[in-house]
Amino acid sequence: MNGAQALIESLRRENVTHMFGYAGATICPAVDALAAVPEIGYTLVRTEQNAGHMASGYARVSGKVGVCMVTSGPGATNLLTGIATAYMDSIPMVAITGQVPSNLLGRDIFQEVDITGAAAPFTKHSYLVKDANDIPRIVKESFHIASTGRPGPVLIDIPIDVQEQELKAFEYPEEVRIRGYRPSVKGNDLQIKRVVKAIAEAKQPLICAGGGVWLADAREELRTLIERYDIPMVKTMMGISLMPSDHPLNMGMIGAHGNRCANKALVKSDLLIMVGCRAADRTILSPDEIQRRMSIVHIDVDPAEIGKNMQAAVPLVGNIKVILNQLLAQELSVPDTTEWKAMLRELRHEEVTRVFPRRDGSVFPGTVLRELGRKLDDDAVVCVDVGQNQIFACKYLPQKNGRFLTTGGLGTMGYSLPAAVGVKTALPDRQTIVVCGDGSFQMEMNELAAVRCAGHDIKIVLFRNRTLGLVHQIQTQEPYHGPFGVSLDGSPDFAAIAAAYGIPTLTLSDEGRLSGTLDEFLQTPGPCLLLCEVDPDVKTTD
Amino acid sequence: MKQTISVLVENRAGVLNRITGLFSRRAFNIESLAVGVTDDPTVSRITIIVDSGNSVVEQVEKQLNKLIEVIKVRTLNEHSLIGRELILIKVNANNKTRQDIMTICNICGAKVDDITPTSMTLELSATKEKVDTFESLMRPFSILEVVRTGVIAIQKGSGKI
Repeated sequence: MNGAQALIESLRRENVTHMFGYAGATICPAVDALAAVPEIGYTLVRTEQNAGHMASGYARVSGKVGVCMVTSGPGATNLLTGIATAYMDSIPMVAITGQVPSNLLGRDIFQEVDITGAAAPFTKHSYLVKDANDIPRIVKESFHIASTGRPGPVLIDIPIDVQEQELKAFEYPEEVRIRGYRPSVKGNDLQIKRVVKAIAEAKQPLICAGGGVWLADAREELRTLIERYDIPMVKTMMGISLMPSDHPLNMGMIGAHGNRCANKALVKSDLLIMVGCRAADRTILSPDEIQRRMSIVHIDVDPAEIGKNMQAAVPLVGNIKVILNQLLAQELSVPDTTEWKAMLRELRHEEVTRVFPRRDGSVFPGTVLRELGRKLDDDAVVCVDVGQNQIFACKYLPQKNGRFLTTGGLGTMGYSLPAAVGVKTALPDRQTIVVCGDGSFQMEMNELAAVRCAGHDIKIVLFRNRTLGLVHQIQTQEPYHGPFGVSLDGSPDFAAIAAAYGIPTLTLSDEGRLSGTLDEFLQTPGPCLLLCEVDPDVKTTD
Repeated sequence: MKQTISVLVENRAGVLNRITGLFSRRAFNIESLAVGVTDDPTVSRITIIVDSGNSVVEQVEKQLNKLIEVIKVRTLNEHSLIGRELILIKVNANNKTRQDIMTICNICGAKVDDITPTSMTLELSATKEKVDTFESLMRPFSILEVVRTGVIAIQKGSGKI
């Protein structure tokens, strides 16, 4: 057995059933070994970045580690954005790159790049394999590191001669032993008691939940806690689908682009319980102010997140599912939140029922998304891109019990379609929707090939405003002098592009036809593009 | 405020790169950094001096702890360091062994920094070879801890590099 075969066999032992990748000279031995193992499926992307995004979408809905594999040099550098995106969103991922022969490393030969060096700031860990006999251990460690503690991408860079090297014997390790890696699981009992005390002393408690709850698979525990004790909650962008929009305790998304009600709740609460979120700059605009005004409990698996952006009165480190169960096992004395909830609900109601502006000849994204959300399956997955489309979807797309997948951390345009391909690969029967703009779509439309190839039933909602809307919006404000370099002139006929991949298109420019068009769109068998005409002057604050 | 962070890491290629990369990426300023293998040849100790407030040092510690190859991170009390290579060595010491330890210290030019009923902490600043010899002579007394800074050097005379 050679290194390449050992790699694929190790992946099989890790229950990998699908990989996303792009072949090239230095990864050929591994691709060849993969071809001999039919139980591992393979999707050829059209640019390597999307292999990372597909693995991300796959990982987020399957609960498994996403795997992607590309060649050395440009293949590896193209993948960097996919890896960085996964790192910022804490996605469990193993990325495998081919590398030039080890005896030529460092000589700048054809398609050589120091990818472990380049990726170091945004990988959880990385390996440059020097001996094929290390491959089973390295794969075992990589999957362990990627999926435990705070998840993240792990990179394995394998020179072609190591892929070709014969192993002495293949032995897959039973367990992992890394002395420098022991993520906390259980929350400190003393700290748990302090949380209980803090809740008992609060008058207007608020839970703020983020993507960490999804990563720990702790949605049910969170809902139980919130409902049992009647504590209102807000969410960050990564935690947006943790609660249905119409849940009486759900006050919406906080942050610069969040719901007014949620932000009000944040400043008015006297105890903020942060669960699996990191108080990033777009989420909590004035952390100093917040921490002065209220007491903060911060629950996270990563101790470095606590106190990084905001100081917490009670830090609580461990696996969120375990900690929430620890809290649920306590007798909590919770204040009467009736008045607090009533005040928030009034604000929430105003927002949910607000009437959107109308313009003839175009549709308002909020109007489309509000109606779309009502019509979706209860457990639909919606993959949302970056820009105005993302902000409208965060604010106005009603959530049920499905998933809302977007890249909250890095904000990578062109994420939604490849992520949806990853989702469909993991869950072929799940209703899957893409929401994007005409800017982001042109960064990802080459992946319609993957949609066509697998016949994925992915419904794409494309808001066309013929400009990079969010930048356009920023440029119309002080200190800038107006839109420049954002007009999407020269864009193709998107219906013709879709047709070239055998995908039908519906167009929507009249809100009077909204409901009927959405029904037709969702009922069209197989993939379908819905092209929505949006006025370029529409702002996310409209 | 200057603080000394002592980091135990896997003694492997590329680890130092990760440490220094972390400092630059997170915008932590390193005042000085020195690496030396410990008494366990699979473990290196990196001594980093940072000039920052307590909250920054806390973040430095936490971020270092996240690196897979970092085994332990500890912020030490401030000690002044001088040129050449420095070894701080803590050995088990009792009434029977204390005199033998003192004799070796006198021969090697080492001095005693701290003494307790069960231990002695010794310091020697010298060339790498002399430090190696001193460490091997201390080994029979049971070493509790070794901290070595790695070598720094300056040119003699009035010329400069």
